[in-house]
Amino acid sequence: MISLSVNGKNISVNDSPDTPLLWVLRDTLGMTGTKFGCGVALCGACTVHLDGAPVRSCSTPVSAAAGRKITTIEAMAASPVGKAVQAAWIKHDVPQCGYCQSGQIMGAAALLAKTRKPSDTDIDAAMSGILCRCGTYNQIRAAIKDAAQSMRTGS
Amino acid sequence: MSAIYNASRRGFLKTSALAGGGLLIGFTLPGASRLAQAVSVFSPNAYLRIGSDNQITVICGLSEMGQGVHTAIPMLVAEELDADWSKIKVEQAEADPAFNNPIFGMQATGGSTSVRGHWEPMRKAGAAARAMLVAAAAERWNADPADCRTEKGMVVHKSGKKLSYGQLAAAAAKQPVPAQVQLKSPKAFRILGRAARRLDTPAKVNGSAKFGLDVRLPGMLTAVMARPPVPGGKLVSVDDSKAKAIAGVKQVLQIPGGVAVLAEGYWAAKQGRDALQIKWDDGANAALLSDAVSKMLAEGAAKGGALGRNEGDVGAPVAKRLEAVYEAPFLAHACMEPMNATVWVKPDEIEVWAGTQSQGPSQGILGEVAGVAPGKVKVHTMYLGGGFGRRFAPDFTVDATLLSKISGKPVQLVYTREDDMKAYFYRPASVARFAGGLDANGKAVSFSASICSPSLMEASGFMKLPADGVDEMAVEGIRDCPYDFPNLRVEYARREPGVQIWFWRSVGHSQNLFFIESFVDEMAAAAGKDPCEFRLGLLGKQPRFRGVLELAAKKAGWGKPLPAGVHRGIAVAHSFGSYVAEVAEVSVGRDGKVRVHRVVGSVDCGLTVNPEIVKRQIESAIVYGLSAALYGKITFKDGRVEQSNFHDYPVLRIDEMPKVEVHIVASTEPPGGIGEPGLPPVAPAVANAIFAATGKRVRKLPIKAEELKQA
Ligand code: FES
Ligand code: FES
Repeated sequence: MISLSVNGKNISVNDSPDTPLLWVLRDTLGMTGTKFGCGVALCGACTVHLDGAPVRSCSTPVSAAAGRKITTIEAMAASPVGKAVQAAWIKHDVPQCGYCQSGQIMGAAALLAKTRKPSDTDIDAAMSGILCRCGTYNQIRAAIKDAAQSMRTGS
Repeated sequence: MSAIYNASRRGFLKTSALAGGGLLIGFTLPGASRLAQAVSVFSPNAYLRIGSDNQITVICGLSEMGQGVHTAIPMLVAEELDADWSKIKVEQAEADPAFNNPIFGMQATGGSTSVRGHWEPMRKAGAAARAMLVAAAAERWNADPADCRTEKGMVVHKSGKKLSYGQLAAAAAKQPVPAQVQLKSPKAFRILGRAARRLDTPAKVNGSAKFGLDVRLPGMLTAVMARPPVPGGKLVSVDDSKAKAIAGVKQVLQIPGGVAVLAEGYWAAKQGRDALQIKWDDGANAALLSDAVSKMLAEGAAKGGALGRNEGDVGAPVAKRLEAVYEAPFLAHACMEPMNATVWVKPDEIEVWAGTQSQGPSQGILGEVAGVAPGKVKVHTMYLGGGFGRRFAPDFTVDATLLSKISGKPVQLVYTREDDMKAYFYRPASVARFAGGLDANGKAVSFSASICSPSLMEASGFMKLPADGVDEMAVEGIRDCPYDFPNLRVEYARREPGVQIWFWRSVGHSQNLFFIESFVDEMAAAAGKDPCEFRLGLLGKQPRFRGVLELAAKKAGWGKPLPAGVHRGIAVAHSFGSYVAEVAEVSVGRDGKVRVHRVVGSVDCGLTVNPEIVKRQIESAIVYGLSAALYGKITFKDGRVEQSNFHDYPVLRIDEMPKVEVHIVASTEPPGGIGEPGLPPVAPAVANAIFAATGKRVRKLPIKAEELKQA
């Protein structure tokens, strides 16, 4: 048994310790908001937060997440940063097919949690590992800046 | 087309009261085409639902893959219904011939046909519902319907009395379906032509949107397959003992497509698949090699083939003659969501959950696989994590159906990214050989093209090469080129390297516009003329081409100075009923690395349904086209696909993303397609800018930095 803290809840799972966190979330726990895109840390679709830092859950063994705080897209609305990011995403109508967007939002929320006013270079550094085949990058950039602005002004 | 139709004679509309006292409108759409025979089941149901709570639900039979159709279709209905847009919801329809795409004659999403095909029928559905709501209100008020108008979900009498659509829904359901409806003139549009918010956004920012991979059924097994590594290869033997020893692995099954490991969850299935020990017979393609494919296509283009168009005499003497050979590679779609399907074969029906672009054909094909009638195939269309043509193919649904049938379980077949990349269904590789002639004044007088590629029409399984031997998709964008060349010849030579090819965003235009728009640029350079002026000079009879070209040039500041090292290229294309021009601003580093700084596009797609979605689709297609131009290629060695994942099939990232501006030409023409037309001009615009920057012509995609290096 591995004890996990997922979105504030304590859960025990029976998966073998080397199972990637992604599949524990999606298959064992039925939380399908976190997406599978490449399986080898090349696309960012599976991004979740581990103690607040963005990680690729497809390449993180569940054993490495034990005892740490796992946060997924399903809990973004519960945090002020996540909420601001989602609101900005809606305002800019960012998603197209939407498949990459859980990862994009998790990446953006992790960035904004530690960088209140990200520059374009900060955004490039934080987000260039998260691919979007629909090409929503300019809207993602605009939404991140908007979310940062709204968090600073508290609106 | 007439704005009036006769519902009673054609029987398009049916109405019935909803259990909750609402109005339900169903209609079948007129369909006709060469594809019509794919499905032959009758059931007349596309629905607009108005609840007594004022909730209006539009049920959409088209697949949402990012192109915005789940917003565009409701907008069409809502406009003529005079609905309150904030009360509109959209629901995905289950597969049913009632939702046939009028352009295809089957239920399918692709070819940028959704708005073009549904522009009229969906508005008529809204208008008919509106007329019935007005009739119901007039009856209630004992008034003349002519004294009633509608606005934002209300029927309003001239006296000022009002009733909401919800209040009228039950009574409206009892009204006769109007024999004819009058559609609004575009000037009266309140919803169409405006940037309504996408209806699918909220679910796509909180993880609740359900894609094919998100389907979870009780007792479901996950399948991952081993497929022959060489196209056409066969299984010789398999040792599955190690796979079966893995915890969670339940069954190992052989089907014609390969060997599948069925397990509880993806991870066990994938580990099981990787543990299979298989001997393959590589078969006839064991030596398949990309260089040999290139050679085969180049020889075909040199030899020439079936005549696609022939005007004047391209052999007549000219003052200056130039020739060039262009090449484009096979490409994978690399949708963000890998291919997958979930199928449950039950005793007398099957259920399919998939992000598919082809519900109609799926009913027929999967019914045959499972041994049930097409009407017994329930297709639940999930959100598509990218489509781009790839999800029109039946490989993933067919194999999932077989696996469910044999195992007796609901099965979710998942392609790993590597499986997805190597599963063929590629954009065809192609070679084009051009010759152009200029007169003494630098005017283009002759143009000939010889194109060699495999036949996509034949590969599709539902089309045949026409009697003239010219594959329409292999020559599209070149055979119908808009330029005023008095002497013009287009030939097509078919060669088949043995790789399953498929539709890829913008299909033949994706490579052909790169070819021709680069070569026309070469002609301009040979004539010593500005590439934009040169094109305009050949487009005298093409006002819509001129319109987009002039707008893009103006907005991009064509001819005005740029920062040091930055150069412009331009290209124009027509595809899927829309016209697009793009200007790319590019710099090339000393190391040959190409950087695209900005792309300014213009589009004439006729009347726009949603200008914001139009702009986003052009931008999206630019990004997709740039990924292909800069990086995209699928190559073969020893019969095996050399690419496997995003490290060796790179796609554009946010730090490489150019600024994009899209300008829309105001137009009253009927709507054109929008999911694809933004793609074709981007590769040639970039390649032409590279020529402006370096004097070097890119004649083979993807662009190679080594060849652009400055000594
Ligand atoms: S699925 Fe984890 S990075 Fe792609
Ligand atoms: S929105 Fe489709 S991959 Fe990003």
